[in-house]
Amino acid sequence: MSVIEARGLRKAFGSTIALDGVDLRVDEGRILGLVGPNGAGKSTALNAILGLTPHEGELRVLGRNPWSERDQLMREVCFVADIAVLPRWIKVSQALDYFAGVHPRFDRAKAEAFLARTSIRQASKVRELSKGMVVQLHLALVMAVDARLLVLDEPTLGLDILYRKQFYDSLLTDYFDHRRTILVTTHQVEDIQHVLTDLMFIHRGRIVLNCTMDDFEERYLEVTVSPAQLDAARVLKPVRERQVLGRSVMLFDCKLNPATKQRLAALGDARSPGIADVFVALMDDRADTTQGATV
Amino acid sequence: MNTQSNGMPGLPLGAPAAPPASLSPATLFYWSVRRELWEYRSIYLAPLAISGAILLAFPFVLFHHLPHIMRTLSSLDPSQQHDALAQPYDVAAGLIMAAAFIVSVFYSVDCLYGERRDRSILFWKSLPVSDLTTVLAKASIPLFVLPMLAFVLAVVTQAIMLMLSSVVLLANGQSVATLWTQLQLPQTLLMLLYHLVTAHMLWYAPFYAWLLLVSAWARRAPFLWAVMPPLAIGVFEKIAFHHSYLADVLGNRFSGGDDAMTAMMGDMPFHPGMHVSPGAFLAAPGLWAGLAVAAGLLFGAARLRRYRSPI
Repeated sequence: MSVIEARGLRKAFGSTIALDGVDLRVDEGRILGLVGPNGAGKSTALNAILGLTPHEGELRVLGRNPWSERDQLMREVCFVADIAVLPRWIKVSQALDYFAGVHPRFDRAKAEAFLARTSIRQASKVRELSKGMVVQLHLALVMAVDARLLVLDEPTLGLDILYRKQFYDSLLTDYFDHRRTILVTTHQVEDIQHVLTDLMFIHRGRIVLNCTMDDFEERYLEVTVSPAQLDAARVLKPVRERQVLGRSVMLFDCKLNPATKQRLAALGDARSPGIADVFVALMDDRADTTQGATV
Repeated sequence: MNTQSNGMPGLPLGAPAAPPASLSPATLFYWSVRRELWEYRSIYLAPLAISGAILLAFPFVLFHHLPHIMRTLSSLDPSQQHDALAQPYDVAAGLIMAAAFIVSVFYSVDCLYGERRDRSILFWKSLPVSDLTTVLAKASIPLFVLPMLAFVLAVVTQAIMLMLSSVVLLANGQSVATLWTQLQLPQTLLMLLYHLVTAHMLWYAPFYAWLLLVSAWARRAPFLWAVMPPLAIGVFEKIAFHHSYLADVLGNRFSGGDDAMTAMMGDMPFHPGMHVSPGAFLAAPGLWAGLAVAAGLLFGAARLRRYRSPI
């Protein structure tokens, strides 16, 4: 069953096109990472999915139109966003009261159990908490809601690596199961590489890559090429070549040439690349083609 | 910072998805109003502080004036007797109402602007509460919560004032009978309640709704946006067309219209024998036109909030 279904999703701010006809389908039980440079349309896409901005094209989230049915949708959708900050005046106990009051699927005992594992006190106000603690609080509130879709927009921005690791650990161990769906965007892609089941690259309002992580690992291979094999490697048309400590590291897209894979092992150390490496390669590629088109 | 342990007993992992539960609109509205009282504590603190100040100052009035007033009272006719005794009570009720009114104005201008300024609006929008419920909960603060709070505080404050007066009189060996009968506190309080309901809740509704609309719309300086455009249009009208239609409409709204209208709403100071006509008030077209305008403005504020993001 699809949790999010979009066809021809389009959004323009004046003459700037933020989303340029996006088709998207997210199934239940997936953890999808939406990756793109600043201004690529990630936040616009998430805002449309959360019913925070009107849009053109067809969009259903859990079978509902998010723009006209936001309040009903939010019974089953939660989101943590860098922009959706908890009010500074609220006390932790008040936040729990309020969630319990307005959220039919909120389990207060569960939220209190999560908070008990942190150093957050219920009498504290949000303004007295550190940035990391505010994110912990927000996550404790959201994880205690029995939601079907959780949207995370830069949830760990500005947090140190310990908090970031904890954030994704508790999400996976205490929250995620196969009837929930998580949609996450972040620039810290190395944090989520081993969390995701699906990956989507978005650039200039369009989706440029949409695959499962299994496919991703199958498809892309990074090889540290031995100096003697450089020419042999270049024949296989790497999508990107860079120098690391004086050695050439090449990224190959095995989908372009299925025979490549067997031959690569002979050229040097082959390994699965990071999301960031492939992302940079694809974005460079795009930049080149668009430059070529405008010249 | 504690490290998070793996695994949590009692989590319903793998349990079948529950059907979407829902809560009654009244529950959502109740929690939305409570949330306003958490955020804007001045809603009750400011009127409470005024009551406290009145009760602190009242003993000075008592010791200096009350025994003297009681002695000279017999030379006055009954209506003047009431006025002389009731004056501090009227002043107390008036001050509490004024405090509630000022808080109402500042609250209404700020509430929908403040949640965008402190960037918490998207947090509130992440919860299953509609924009209309939110706006109506915010509107209920100046239109219901504050007038009712002012009334309760006036009752309590005046009751304490009466107790203090009685103690002073008894200590001076004077009778409290005249004070209690002349003051007619139940009647004047009933008039106060009538005034709050008719004037503050119903007659001023479009005024508060306008402030809420501007609060939802303005990107900065909502107070200026609430005040300046009507002022500018009024001045323009006066200079360009030599009449003041807008100014008259707004002036009527603030002052309670003509004398007849003011009488229908009950006006300060409250006189126990004052004649009010609720029937005529309810039949006044101005009342219903104002309420229709208020409903439109509140609906507009809810629509605006839907499009709004942090500023």
